[in-house]
Amino acid sequence: MTQKAVIAEKKGEKTTKSGANFLIDALKKQNVEVVFGYPGGAVLPIYDALYDSGVFHVLTRHEQGSIHAAEGYARITGKPGVVIATSGPGATNIVTGLADAMIDSIPLVVFTGQVATSVIGSDAFQEADVLGITTPITKHNYQVRKPGDLPRIVKEAFYIASSGRPGPVLIDIPKDVAILQAEAEEDPEMDLPGYQPTLQPNYLQIRKLIEAVSGAKKPVILAGAGVLHARASEELKKYAEQQGIPVVHTLLGIGGFPADHSLFVGMGGMHGVYAANMALYECDLLINVGARFDDRLTGNLAAFAPQATVAHIDIDPAEIGKNVPTKIPVVGDAKEALAQLIAQNGKLPEASEWVQKITEWKEKFPLFYEGDSSELKPQKVIELLHKKTNGDAIVVTDVGQHQMWAAQYYTFNKPHAWVTSGGLGTMGFCVPAAIGAQLAEPDATVAAVVGDAGFQMTNQELAVIAELNLPIKIIIVNNHSLGMVRQWQELFYQERYSHSLLQNQPSFVKLADAYGIKAYKVTTIEEAEERMSEALTTDGPILLDIHVAPGENVYPMIAPGKGHHEMEGVKK
Amino acid sequence: MVNNRPGVLNRITNLFSKRNYNIESITVGHSEQEGISRITVVVQVDDEKVIEQMTKQLNKQIDVLKVMDISNQSIVSRELALIKVLATSQNRSEIYALIEPFRASAIDVSKDSLTVQITGESGKIEAFIELLKPYGIKELARTGTTAFPRGTQRTNSNKSLSIV
Repeated sequence: MTQKAVIAEKKGEKTTKSGANFLIDALKKQNVEVVFGYPGGAVLPIYDALYDSGVFHVLTRHEQGSIHAAEGYARITGKPGVVIATSGPGATNIVTGLADAMIDSIPLVVFTGQVATSVIGSDAFQEADVLGITTPITKHNYQVRKPGDLPRIVKEAFYIASSGRPGPVLIDIPKDVAILQAEAEEDPEMDLPGYQPTLQPNYLQIRKLIEAVSGAKKPVILAGAGVLHARASEELKKYAEQQGIPVVHTLLGIGGFPADHSLFVGMGGMHGVYAANMALYECDLLINVGARFDDRLTGNLAAFAPQATVAHIDIDPAEIGKNVPTKIPVVGDAKEALAQLIAQNGKLPEASEWVQKITEWKEKFPLFYEGDSSELKPQKVIELLHKKTNGDAIVVTDVGQHQMWAAQYYTFNKPHAWVTSGGLGTMGFCVPAAIGAQLAEPDATVAAVVGDAGFQMTNQELAVIAELNLPIKIIIVNNHSLGMVRQWQELFYQERYSHSLLQNQPSFVKLADAYGIKAYKVTTIEEAEERMSEALTTDGPILLDIHVAPGENVYPMIAPGKGHHEMEGVKK
Repeated sequence: MVNNRPGVLNRITNLFSKRNYNIESITVGHSEQEGISRITVVVQVDDEKVIEQMTKQLNKQIDVLKVMDISNQSIVSRELALIKVLATSQNRSEIYALIEPFRASAIDVSKDSLTVQITGESGKIEAFIELLKPYGIKELARTGTTAFPRGTQRTNSNKSLSIV
């Protein structure tokens, strides 16, 4: 920024520059560390302004890669991931990522190019109605009509994306708006009268919750992603310890409560552990902190927590009472709410018998899988990964069986080390998301655990991993199938494996090699141990194509339409 | 009450269809404040929870400034309808006789038809349409209801009506 510009800003005066330059300077003002993107016709002026701006830009090989990388970055840092895509196909290629970020509440600020304002609506080359397409899958979206509006809109977008319940915000910029010069304030006031997220919980509601806890005999906390978004895992631990309440977590709540804690019960839901689901089923007080009672967690709603008084702390009032009738709603930030609960130090519940019972469930009905040393089971791969990384890696997954095994067998004692696509279940998420996660924490060990099918949806991003020499450890859990689809066909479609078996696969080792990435095929437990050790002492990226025993299913399981008390595949 | 910005109506209707809610009618127009429009949406719902969820989802929209569920409030609500009805020289005066008690008015007359304008609550308009049906309705256009709470509130009325 020139000296002149700094002075002008101090006085609240205006500066004159192009829309593209307003945009780049607004990104700098937001301290954006990295932008993921892909250039094209409508964003040429923006890329020109980017050229010598000093802003770090990662060229992914597909726009979908950009947005998943931005999601991975945002998951780890809590800061908005930033994406630039061109108009038309560039914009439509990020649609999946927007929907993914929307349903998992991931903060993103996404810029799309648009055809010039003079031809909008004429079906011009690479024109698509991006506002119309993305309205239901963004927290908010804008089309910039005047270059001078850009500083305000970018500022608002970052604020909206990262405050309240986080989510993606899209800014559509017609080409002429990026080119034209205008006069504007660099740091204008935001104009958001309709946006005031509630952060401070209502004191009376907190009192009601404290009262309910004091009278409970079987309380349980359900910790969701909200704990992580609010950076409230310390508070959650303190509160659970103060009150002696066991903690179940959701898929996206992994890491919000340490797995080695005596009050840790484990993951609830379709492939959750027996103790967690029985705790949800038998509890008399359910304290939901930042989970949205997704169907994969609740199972059959009619059989969900039948004896429980439900309390729900959520920053989004629309989540409270949406799926499960809630007696004690607490609208607010999880960190604030938990801090108030800790400060109030309410009367303790008489829950020692209950905690004892849960501990027994944990001991009697742990996760298990059949197998001896002759076979390399997928669960074993995750166990080995945990062992070799001391449970200290950032684990990024794709979607399907390997994701569930990673959630089950890689136990986390710290927050913000688990990156997965939860709500949308987006295959192809892993490889690009791992890029974003590694850039967010360059010194961390990042393990990209991915199935052989999902890997092939976005494996072109190996180019980025090689180019930036990102030390990502790619673990392909290769069962030669769309594993979860195959599992459901086995269980619910009379073993009719319709288009779920992948017998003709390329050599992933040769593929990695083509990108200049070291890779090994692994087929035995011994090889897996050896290669994982090597992977973790290798400086750069490495890919392990691990061929696991085919036909393995994820258990335990709550079949569709069943309740928490009707789990299958529980250890006898 | 919503910001009068491009795409705002799309956001509202999108939200209803995304959440699988059916809109009976929707009206939009300028409000007393510059740059702010008032949208009135009528929805038929059996479950109070649905209205609550709709209200909450609408409130989350950045361009939505205020949402009111006025189903259980004392309100003023009006709808306008234009009805083109077949009219012969024999029955024309008969139709005029219907117009008068409804405080409707004939706004266009042709050789074989008559266009009537009527304003009122939806129930009144429906009653009027029923009366005209035997004569043969050629065209019908209804605006949908627009409404807001009365200056003084009395509680009653259990119509499912919601205002944005």
